[in-house]
Amino acid sequence: MSKGQTIVENASERAADAARPGAGGKVLEWIDARFPLSSSLKAHVTEYYAPKNFNFWYFFGSLAMLVLVIQIVTGIFLTMNYKPDAALAFMSVEYIMRDVSGGWIIRYMHSTGASMFFVVVYLHMFRGLIYGSYKQPRELVWVFGTLIFLALMAEAFMGYLLPWGQMSFWGAQVIVNLFGSLPVIGPDLSVWIRGDFVVSDATLNRFFALHVIAVPLVLLALVVAHLVALHEVGSNNPDGVEIKKLKDENGIPLDGIPFHPYYTVKDVLGVVVFLIVFSAILFFAPEGGGYFLEKPNFDPADPLKTPLHIAPVWYFTPFYAILRAVPSFFGTQVWGVLAMGAAVVLIGLLPWLDKSPVKSIRYRGPKFKVMLTLFIISFIGLGILGAIPSTDVRTVIAQVMSFVYFAFFLAMPFYTKNDVGSTPVPTRVTMSTPARQIRFAILWAVTIIGAALFAMYV
Amino acid sequence: MSEQKVDAGRRRFLTVATTAAGGVAAAGVATPFLMSFFPSERAKAAGAPVEVDISKLEPGQKINVEWRGKPVWVLSRTPEQLKALPGVNGDVLDPNSEMPQQPAYCQNEFRSIKPEILVAVGICTHLGCSPTYRPDLAPADLGPNWKGGFYCPCHGSKFDLAARVYKGVPAPSNLEIPPHKYLTETRLLVGDDK
Repeated sequence: MSKGQTIVENASERAADAARPGAGGKVLEWIDARFPLSSSLKAHVTEYYAPKNFNFWYFFGSLAMLVLVIQIVTGIFLTMNYKPDAALAFMSVEYIMRDVSGGWIIRYMHSTGASMFFVVVYLHMFRGLIYGSYKQPRELVWVFGTLIFLALMAEAFMGYLLPWGQMSFWGAQVIVNLFGSLPVIGPDLSVWIRGDFVVSDATLNRFFALHVIAVPLVLLALVVAHLVALHEVGSNNPDGVEIKKLKDENGIPLDGIPFHPYYTVKDVLGVVVFLIVFSAILFFAPEGGGYFLEKPNFDPADPLKTPLHIAPVWYFTPFYAILRAVPSFFGTQVWGVLAMGAAVVLIGLLPWLDKSPVKSIRYRGPKFKVMLTLFIISFIGLGILGAIPSTDVRTVIAQVMSFVYFAFFLAMPFYTKNDVGSTPVPTRVTMSTPARQIRFAILWAVTIIGAALFAMYV
Repeated sequence: MSEQKVDAGRRRFLTVATTAAGGVAAAGVATPFLMSFFPSERAKAAGAPVEVDISKLEPGQKINVEWRGKPVWVLSRTPEQLKALPGVNGDVLDPNSEMPQQPAYCQNEFRSIKPEILVAVGICTHLGCSPTYRPDLAPADLGPNWKGGFYCPCHGSKFDLAARVYKGVPAPSNLEIPPHKYLTETRLLVGDDK
């Protein structure tokens, strides 16, 4: 036998080996006959085609999933030492912080994770806003997303009561009383929510149950619905171009790349950078300068004494500022409460408020860009105003900003109609250019410096 | 079998009837769960009246007592403070206490049984924070017209020394005066007036 023949024989054997499934392949076959494992992986990961022009803004969906996992895991471990009892809760948190091995870092991961959740979710929502990701056919993706945001707010609010500190107590007192201002049913409704005539042990116990079981289950179901809806219609992209319109001979979108390995690898980079920031906060500023964990919350709840300055945690402050900006008239303060509720509900109605023929801000006209700029200023401004005590001047500024907030949504059907920019929407997606990158950096810098100046001088 | 026809009307009726019966059952099952959110019998029973000894209360001094888990203020007002009260009648929302925020026997000039002793629930009628006692005259933060009263740190509501709400603040009504009575000259019972 010559050398050449041997090689040929080996090659044919190898080909036969590849055709015959190995032990692992057999297990997979057995599973696939009973459960759609391979086909699901293909549909949602290896052959889920996402547009190839995803940019910075597309990190935050997967980061939100990461934070959800962090919250669930740390939360499970916290319940192992926490006591949902008004007499024991505060000390059990101190016990976790001081006596449980690793307890301090698990607790700080959970409390910092709550703030990080809102950071990534707000950026994720902003992405949808600028690229028109809520527009047809992605309305339900957006509606499920808004419901996730709502569930997240409920989850954060109820979780904040559990340490039973002064801010926990008085924050819950104020928010539950918001429901009390509703006409007719209000007073009974707030008693029903509290389970007592004041925030008490009964309230703490039920908030614990809702925070630990009920809302997380709802949240997980909504996340599944959000992803299923997304994978049905496919991802939007910074150009707002439907990549499914142009496909190659195999039915693969010309501008699509498989989620794995391309975006899994990209998202890993996002995860690494996120974890660096997360760890830095965890180790060097776990209280976030009094914004992630407020200072009065290191005093146990005292139902007889309100702290001198009470403000919600930073992620609620834009909505809280709207609540404060609306005065009471006709002998009731329900108007502020309704405005605050409407501020959240309007976000969910975006798909039907936006009448623009184009999706992405890149191809929109000047009217939308001006309104969006005013909206960003107002949202950040309200967020700052809601965190500091109110004065007459600040109240007026908050009222103007609340007006802009609502005008952005309510006037949207009018100013987005026929509001198209000078560049037409391309048929294929476009890739990043240095000019865009510089503009991105400048806009970020202007926003951060502007917010800092506003916070310093308002 | 092929002879049988599908009676669509009958099917629809049965579907609707089953859904309706199921809906009633679901509402019935939901009732105990929803009712369990209301205050328990123990929580309702915790509203017992509280006795307060006011013999050591100095003029101008305020003490807090807890009744039904809420702070109740007992404030002894000085003659000067009482004299200043009619002066703010024009600035308060409900000067004659016409809203039902007090028992009938406290619907008077000073919103109290004894003119000098104010008994009030120290919970802001806006969103339930406990206002701060600010007897100081014309402090920097409350302005030159401040004649003493209560200031809510949460949303800036202001009340005078008869717990009457000022105009133009978030709180829509005067602070509540709880039912109370004097057992003796110096012993006060909060929560019961019978």
